[in-house]
Amino acid sequence: MQLAATIILDGFVYAAWLFIVAVGLTLVFGVMKILNVAHGQFYSIGAYATASLVGLWFAQGLAPVGAYLMMVVAALLSGLIVGFVLERFILRYIYGRDEVVGALATYAVFLILEDAVRLSWGTGAFLAPQPRELLGISSLGELTISNYDLFLIAVAIVVGLLFWWGLNRTRLGRLLRAVIHDREMAQAFGVNVNKMFTITFIIGGILGALGGALTAPVISVSPGIGVEVIVLAFAVVVIGGMGSVGGALIGALIVGVARAMAVHLAPNLELFVIYAVMAAVLAFRPFGLFAPAGARKI
Amino acid sequence: MHSDRTLLALAVLAVIGLAAAWLAPSWTVSFATLALAKSIVIIGLIVLMRAALVPFGQALFYGAGAYTTALLVRIAGIQDALLLVSLSLLVCGLLAFALGFIMSRYREIFFAMLSLSFSMILYGVLVKNAELGGTDGFTVTTPTFFGNKVDVATARRLLFALAVLLSLGSAALIHIFLRSPMGALAEAIRDNEIRVEYLGTSVRRAIHIKFTLAGALAGLGGGLAALSVGHVSPEMTYWTTSGELVFTAILGGTGSVLAPLLGAFVFESVATLAIQYAPHFWQMMIGVVLLVVILFLAGGLWSLVQRKKTV
Repeated sequence: MQLAATIILDGFVYAAWLFIVAVGLTLVFGVMKILNVAHGQFYSIGAYATASLVGLWFAQGLAPVGAYLMMVVAALLSGLIVGFVLERFILRYIYGRDEVVGALATYAVFLILEDAVRLSWGTGAFLAPQPRELLGISSLGELTISNYDLFLIAVAIVVGLLFWWGLNRTRLGRLLRAVIHDREMAQAFGVNVNKMFTITFIIGGILGALGGALTAPVISVSPGIGVEVIVLAFAVVVIGGMGSVGGALIGALIVGVARAMAVHLAPNLELFVIYAVMAAVLAFRPFGLFAPAGARKI
Repeated sequence: MHSDRTLLALAVLAVIGLAAAWLAPSWTVSFATLALAKSIVIIGLIVLMRAALVPFGQALFYGAGAYTTALLVRIAGIQDALLLVSLSLLVCGLLAFALGFIMSRYREIFFAMLSLSFSMILYGVLVKNAELGGTDGFTVTTPTFFGNKVDVATARRLLFALAVLLSLGSAALIHIFLRSPMGALAEAIRDNEIRVEYLGTSVRRAIHIKFTLAGALAGLGGGLAALSVGHVSPEMTYWTTSGELVFTAILGGTGSVLAPLLGAFVFESVATLAIQYAPHFWQMMIGVVLLVVILFLAGGLWSLVQRKKTV
């Protein structure tokens, strides 16, 4: 019984983290039809920026609560700056080409940023555990839970709700949905698609960086963290259906719980399980569980 | 006939390669063998890429080929180089044939993603397998050649000669395949798949055949790489390896079977130099070159070599 509770809790915490990381990826794919491999670097830049800013904050001896503000600032800055530069100066030149070209171009960007991060922050590891330690732990029956994990779940729920509200209840959201549905038609009706693309890519970047920012207090931030994250995010997005926000949520829950089960029941199968689920979903539902149907081109 | 020119070039390269196997300075031998091994993988890749299919998980077959050879040495005690790599080719060909039933239903980004997920499954298995050395992998002992045990330096040169023959042989066979009706279908599939179906050909069958060929060649390349490096690790099946292979294919171009050879040699040379002199800029360089090729040089390096367009 306790094992089951642990698995569910671990699964949900992991799913929350996966959702935050993957939802930006699926948004960018939905609107721009680009599978953004460089998303993994938003994650690592967000993590590094957080580690630096949180470190700086505590070095000044300022109020500890501000560390959470620093995490948000780090995510916003990283996503805004890097996202804007990439979209304006690189991605703009590959719109309209095959989806595979988009993936390859962002893979190139991924490689460039990998070294750029290494040059900026060096190869050493950064630690910023304060935001996690400040929250302490609580016990629920026989379970011990880090409150930071609960905080992660709360953030994921807030991000999900904001997404739903933003896409369904705001003008910008309606314009984005128009572009997702039919780019050319939206353009014909006067939607500034290029501007939508810039905004989308920046939002996606901020979410990727937020994923990194929230992870920074839990891990030791070191080179190569973006490399592992991006394939996980792919798995989540592909399972749910590329471009579907609800799908990203379901994908994150499936991967999260599957991994938690593997970790507690058969540790050797941890990675295997995630990608086996991905392959199985692709094999039976090629477009993922929740992707909208597309027209056949003749 | 242009085909004669390509085949002639391959024959000339074979003579040069075999001469180099004996005369080249010893420090270049391992490097060149690895480049040739990778070029075999790329030759398989261009068969798929001509049909606009870009697998982000070709490292599955590269890694599986390497581990097949390595495990046969370790468990079955097979030592002969040619037998080992042939078995790698066979095993990966069968694996690709089996997966091909599923893969041939997919196109574009879904093809890339499914292929990626298969390669990550193998990675997940290898990484967590303590008996196979986990993330470290394990070493592969020096092979024998047709029953003859030779010293390490000679073995390296013989392996180089074997790699020359196998890569140029593969290039010649794929060149002939690409000129056959089945091979020429690749471009038609890229342009408009449904029209190809209307003309009475099964696109799925064509893609299945190409996928099997590409997988078998990747296995052969992987087996050779395992013998040449003398070590295998799960890294060989990771997505970054697949990315590197796709990059090399794009760098060379898909216009000719000679392009992968060019691409693989340029890539390995620059990699060797960069890791020695500018290790912190290595990935950045690859990234910049990849962007430049995507944006300005769609035909890859080969389009610079090629004088006139042959359609």
